[in-house]
Amino acid sequence: MAKTLSPKENFYKGILKENPVFVMLLGMCPTLGVTSSATNGFGMGVATLFVLLMSNIAVSLVKTRIPDKVRIPAFIIIIASFVTVVEMLLEAYVPFLYEQLGIFIPLIVVNCIILGRAEAFASKNNLKDSVLDALGMGLGFVMSLTLLGSVREILGNGSIFDWKFVPENANTFILFILPPGAFIVLAYLSALFNKFMIKTK
Amino acid sequence: MEYILIFIAAVFVNNIVLSQFLGICPFLGVSNKVSTSVGMAGAVLFVITLATLTTYLLHQYILVPAGLEYLRTIAFILVIAALVQMIEIILKKVSPPLYHALGIFLPLITTNCAVLGVAILALGLENGSLLKAVFFGMANSLGFGLALILFASIREHLELANIPKGLQGVPINLLVAGLLSLAFLGFTGLV
Repeated sequence: MAKTLSPKENFYKGILKENPVFVMLLGMCPTLGVTSSATNGFGMGVATLFVLLMSNIAVSLVKTRIPDKVRIPAFIIIIASFVTVVEMLLEAYVPFLYEQLGIFIPLIVVNCIILGRAEAFASKNNLKDSVLDALGMGLGFVMSLTLLGSVREILGNGSIFDWKFVPENANTFILFILPPGAFIVLAYLSALFNKFMIKTK
Repeated sequence: MEYILIFIAAVFVNNIVLSQFLGICPFLGVSNKVSTSVGMAGAVLFVITLATLTTYLLHQYILVPAGLEYLRTIAFILVIAALVQMIEIILKKVSPPLYHALGIFLPLITTNCAVLGVAILALGLENGSLLKAVFFGMANSLGFGLALILFASIREHLELANIPKGLQGVPINLLVAGLLSLAFLGFTGLV
């Protein structure tokens, strides 16, 4: 599929047409688990973007050297190494985000988006295309998570990126920052996304 | 008593799927039919219990003494991947009927974040011991099974329902999951 795409299409496909969250439904666990605020969603998105970019670069560079039979374990080790790097960086420089994201940082390893792109794209394409693919997919993921986090934070806490715009003691829909809110907001966002995609076709 | 609390907390209060969001992919993916979801639940129970046992031992007796805790993620994911492969081979040889029932789900489990997630969470238990970690793993996978089977039985009924066009497919499933999660929210404060 990728060979016929121009670099521009290659980049944009991750943002809309093959959006990892709304269209391909990959990486659902962090999508639902950490988006109780816009900041968390954005942080998780950027961490995943970094791992995705680095692993796509690494996989694309060593693809001819990895025997076909052990490629999946090899990809997993590459991904796990970069996840460990991210884990250490976050702990050292952004400790509050490290606390907030908690278990979901090591779980970037099993995020299907990353292994999926390594297997389906980076192992078959050259470095430049792989970088564009990772950036597109990663940005699609960052945008989806930030959007989901923002909606939940606005409705659930009356704030966005920790900037509160309702009075301190105002009632907000706390439901939306609790677990059920994640499912419900994602359900309506993907329904909207479906509608939008049908229209643009 | 402590074990009963761990059990209730893992199955109802902090249900691994509905309140901790681990293992969402198989939860949404293999919940078309009750029969397949029972198979998946069985496979997950099997793998999570064994994986928690192995990773706990690995962490306690190899990584900690050697001061290599930061290699946790890499070591665990490798062990889990190898373990799943091994279970598949052993089951095929030892118990073909069980392999038939669980076999197709096993490869899917490597990328199930619930396995890695529970293995990591089990390390953080208060005054943890091997027995407690394994019990925690088992309780969590039972919670996964409960959520999966409940969800699948609702989805079987949804097949016949008349759903607005925009909500068909993924959105309505997520809404159902949201309502289930809301129901489980009622258990908060039980422990």
